[in-house]
Amino acid sequence: MALSIEDIKKVAHLARIEVSEGDAAATLFKLTGILGLIEQMQAVDTTGIVPMSHSQDLSQRLRDDVVTKTNLRDEFQKNAPALGNGSTEQAVAGGLYLVPKVIE
Amino acid sequence: MMINSSLKQLGEMLQAKTISSVELTQSFLTRISQYNPSINAYISLDEAKTLAQAKAADARIAAGDVTPLTGIPIAQKDIFCAKGWRTTCGSKMLANFIAPYDAHVISQFDAVGAVNLGKTNMDEFAMGSSNETSYFGGVKNPWSFDRVPGGSSGGSAAAVAARLCAAATGTDTGGSIRQPASLCGLTGLKPTYGVVSRFGMIAFASSLDQAGPMAKSAEDCALMMNVMAGFDERDSTSLNRAKEDYTKDLNKPLAGLKVGLPKEFFAEGLDASVGKVIETAIEEYKKLGAEIVEISLPNTGLSIPVYYVLAPAEASSNLSRYDGVRYGHRAAEYTDLMDMYNKSRAEGFGAEVKRRILIGTYVLSAGYYDAYYLKAQQIRRLIAQDFTEAFKKCDVIMGPAAPSTAFKAGEKVDDPVAMYLQDIYTISTNLAGLPGMSVPAGFAQSDDGKALPVGLQIIGNYFDEARMLNVAHQYQQVTDWHVQAPDLSQLPDLNQSEGVA
Repeated sequence: MALSIEDIKKVAHLARIEVSEGDAAATLFKLTGILGLIEQMQAVDTTGIVPMSHSQDLSQRLRDDVVTKTNLRDEFQKNAPALGNGSTEQAVAGGLYLVPKVIE
Repeated sequence: MMINSSLKQLGEMLQAKTISSVELTQSFLTRISQYNPSINAYISLDEAKTLAQAKAADARIAAGDVTPLTGIPIAQKDIFCAKGWRTTCGSKMLANFIAPYDAHVISQFDAVGAVNLGKTNMDEFAMGSSNETSYFGGVKNPWSFDRVPGGSSGGSAAAVAARLCAAATGTDTGGSIRQPASLCGLTGLKPTYGVVSRFGMIAFASSLDQAGPMAKSAEDCALMMNVMAGFDERDSTSLNRAKEDYTKDLNKPLAGLKVGLPKEFFAEGLDASVGKVIETAIEEYKKLGAEIVEISLPNTGLSIPVYYVLAPAEASSNLSRYDGVRYGHRAAEYTDLMDMYNKSRAEGFGAEVKRRILIGTYVLSAGYYDAYYLKAQQIRRLIAQDFTEAFKKCDVIMGPAAPSTAFKAGEKVDDPVAMYLQDIYTISTNLAGLPGMSVPAGFAQSDDGKALPVGLQIIGNYFDEARMLNVAHQYQQVTDWHVQAPDLSQLPDLNQSEGVA
């Protein structure tokens, strides 16, 4: 099926990646090529074949319900990005991360 | 010469105290400062950290607490988190990320007293076959400076080939150890999925990603595997198996070994010059007593379409974590939360990574799941079944690791589909979860008269790494392709010229 500019915009929105009007056409061209490659799959009859999600048929391992992780919050917060919009301060406060206001 | 010595030889020299780890490490650091500015194999170096580890290794050796890799300088692909080291995964997104903990692979090397020489260049988030998608620039192939080293583990491959480390780690999702090993004339092994823990290894496609060694010989790879492999409860797909000595079978004779040659690996798409080298290598195996069996892997051609559904689908999910909130790139200017996500991701990811996220998002989106994702998973089973059938007739499978020798930088960068075809012979083993390796098998002449390395691929059955290493090692006892090193004398010494300027 042919991909349209609208499809690109929709997928870019779902993926949370800004694609400018100018880039959308180039992206469409490249993705159409990749989808053309993928389309080869449609010629294969896969009726009744069990999908394979993983190379080893394993069940999820369980472990004892005990704390195994140490608190590395301070360590992790050292990697917080700069706040942005004119501030080069790290986007952290009181052990939390700062994001734009989402509740009015 | 020390830089060309095997890991075993280096270990013996260290233990006999003919050299110290500090001396050995310093000699590699000196070479790195001389050649890395033009080869660009390393993204991050930290001499102080590296030399501190070398010093600690010398103390261990002095105290008699020695393992085969104690004191040996190893280059680590920049996909592995190493505490206190900048860990970028080749992306602008993580350009300033300092890893807060160690990947399992890193702690395994630390535990035996190996020395972390630095973090090697790679395609961004391991997505590429030429190292050209790296935010930190391309890497020169040490055999021909205008050509790519392959990818995604291109920095590790170039570092080993140029003797800028004793050995290196790589990761392989669709061929990222074997194709650069082939293009740079190294021995590289992608183990069975689940043999090496993925903990702390930045995720691309979790059901396919697997770490392995890239080194000068099969024996070196076996010693690396002894450190890298093993159960780790922090990776839910790590396999709980008894610890194995991967050197144990190296010296077994090959008489009676059944080698399967899949006809699909020698069909259209393979460069004739590469095919010739592979055929000569097969003849060598016959002399070693191997019996050749013709086999078929009929779904080989479908492995690329299937991979370019499954890997991007998994990537689109794995890479959703990069949102500019807790770590990684955040846009400098934004209006609201949605705009912050959109801009941070648009700026932080390169073109190929964005393409794969978009493809992955598309194939997983409402209405397309059955036609793409489910269909790909069904064909994945057919591909795995091809191998199950094939291994009823043979012990190992052989063929080329890549369809061509190293290509020129820039040649395929604007044509993703052409780039994807580089992995035609390697992807199917990732989909099946099987181990595969590339072994130097000779050289093919390029159009412009360069002798470029060709890799022989050896594919084994599940958990057959020790046998594959044996098969490669025996070949390396009767050939000398793996000991050849590129001539770096024509390489511009950027370090010196900068010094003069």
